[in-house]
Amino acid sequence: MTPNELAKAELLATKIRRDVLRMLEHVGSGHLGGSMSIVELLSVLYSHRLHIDPKNPRWEGRDRVVLSKGHAGPAWYAALAETGFFDTEKLLTLNDGGTMLPSHPDRTKTPGVDMTTGSLGQGTSAAAGIATGLRMKGSDRHVYLIVGDGELNEGQCWEAFEFIAGNRMDNCITIIDWNKRQLDGTLEEMLDPFDIPAKMKAFGFDVQVVNGQDMQALDSALERAEATEGAAPCIVMDTVKGAGIPFFETYPGNHSVKFSDPAVAKAAHEALAEYDVVIEGSEA
Amino acid sequence: MFTLAKDRSQKGKELRVVMVESIEAAMDADDRVVALEADLGGASKFTNIQKSHPERFVQCGIAEADMVGIAAGLSVEGFRPFTHTFGPFATRRCFDQIFLSGAYAHNTLNIYGSDPGFCVGTNGGTHTTWEDMALMRSIPGAVVCDPADETQLRWIVSEFAATEGIHYIRANRKDVRNVYEPGSTFQMGKGNLLVQGSDVLLVACGQLVSEALDAAEALAEQGVSCSVIDMFCVKPLDEELLLSEAAGKKLVVTFENHGVIGGLGDACAAVLAESGCGVRLIRHGVKERFGQVGTPAWLQKDFHLTAEDLVNTVKEGLA
Repeated sequence: MTPNELAKAELLATKIRRDVLRMLEHVGSGHLGGSMSIVELLSVLYSHRLHIDPKNPRWEGRDRVVLSKGHAGPAWYAALAETGFFDTEKLLTLNDGGTMLPSHPDRTKTPGVDMTTGSLGQGTSAAAGIATGLRMKGSDRHVYLIVGDGELNEGQCWEAFEFIAGNRMDNCITIIDWNKRQLDGTLEEMLDPFDIPAKMKAFGFDVQVVNGQDMQALDSALERAEATEGAAPCIVMDTVKGAGIPFFETYPGNHSVKFSDPAVAKAAHEALAEYDVVIEGSEA
Repeated sequence: MFTLAKDRSQKGKELRVVMVESIEAAMDADDRVVALEADLGGASKFTNIQKSHPERFVQCGIAEADMVGIAAGLSVEGFRPFTHTFGPFATRRCFDQIFLSGAYAHNTLNIYGSDPGFCVGTNGGTHTTWEDMALMRSIPGAVVCDPADETQLRWIVSEFAATEGIHYIRANRKDVRNVYEPGSTFQMGKGNLLVQGSDVLLVACGQLVSEALDAAEALAEQGVSCSVIDMFCVKPLDEELLLSEAAGKKLVVTFENHGVIGGLGDACAAVLAESGCGVRLIRHGVKERFGQVGTPAWLQKDFHLTAEDLVNTVKEGLA
């Protein structure tokens, strides 16, 4: 990315973080940690890499995005709204009865959402199917499949990975958010995943490991993944759960936070004040 | 319009062959129709589709949940997928994927579950489903069909291919006796009144429609007059036909190659009870049992799903 492109992506990242905090604060709780860890990825994708037309969300020539870790929906909604898929004012309707922004993504409700997700693991197979459909149509667009590291507990992921890698699906970019924690504890405390990149390599993927909070590095990895031919690309993003806000990065229950905790509310308020200054400064 | 088969003793083609021919015809008519297998192409003859339409055939390996998810993804891209595996693996094993990636996400899935109930034969209890229709009926908006014969199966596949939604069809892989003349057409959600009688209403689905017709003939010889409905579309159910034919009868008996919980019997029970018509119902199906090995003919007897068993149920019900 050029310095200008990087600045644009950085501004989008700040806006997504601000929007996520505002949404979850409004609701009173929510999946903060896993939303924050993919902010840089969403920023690079939506500000720079994706072929999209926000005014025509079902444009046939678009790249497809499947957020298999559906609980990070708030971050995706922020990215979509800030990119023009729908009005940012809608963001505070998160989880309201009848909202277009349910806790977990719904392709029938939200412009820009290509697949309904939330039951973990299922987005992987759907992405494989979407990529198969694009191949059948002769499209050269990509599917960006975002998978959680805890989600890898689900056997369905590995069925889908066999299909994606086995069929050398170079149009399906599998991106694993390796943020090290899931709801009840660390990955190792749950089901030790051992070496995730090595596992993906063993399945036949062309694997890159990248700092998922470094947008330049992410951009380069995505560029290489998009250019990959004859093998299924996989990016293992080394990320921090709750990234961007030191309090949340170390907060043990950062998978899903409650704003009734005064420490959570205080950290969010401080971060929001900081983001407002950054955003006002950038837009001045 | 349908015409009853002139010779009900004749069997048609193997239903798997009819299924494959029907899907191939749909593929020829519509580029959006695709077929998926989970490593049972040799058993289903989907390998024929792989040969005839390799560009629109997807081999998913032994991964049924993944196959359903891939089919849902294909639907996102506007395709109309047909999936096959044995009945229990087509429904029970991947139910959440059918429910969420398919139905909840407003995708189209045409699911073919083969060898339901006693058709399983020597594949045995692990491969048996007596609950596939119960599961599929519980999905909002799903269409559930159990065809009586080759002609009806062919028509159902063409209808499924032409419409969006969650569609389930269960069928024996082997040949079954003809109920209809070739070229007969039907209406989705409408049952077929095959015989009109005055004492008892028999409501059957799938290949047991032939057995129900046999039972009606046997009962007629014993002075019991039966109406027979082929309720091939178990959901949506033809409530109007059911109620109009139940009216004035002494007894209604449902007959299915399925458990009595959640299948045709339960569907009819709810309609009859809610209508307040007051006609007694007996659900003839499988009760609180798992599957087992045996030839299909032996299993059909052991699970009391023959015409003779139905005759006995009717007589006991009237006693």
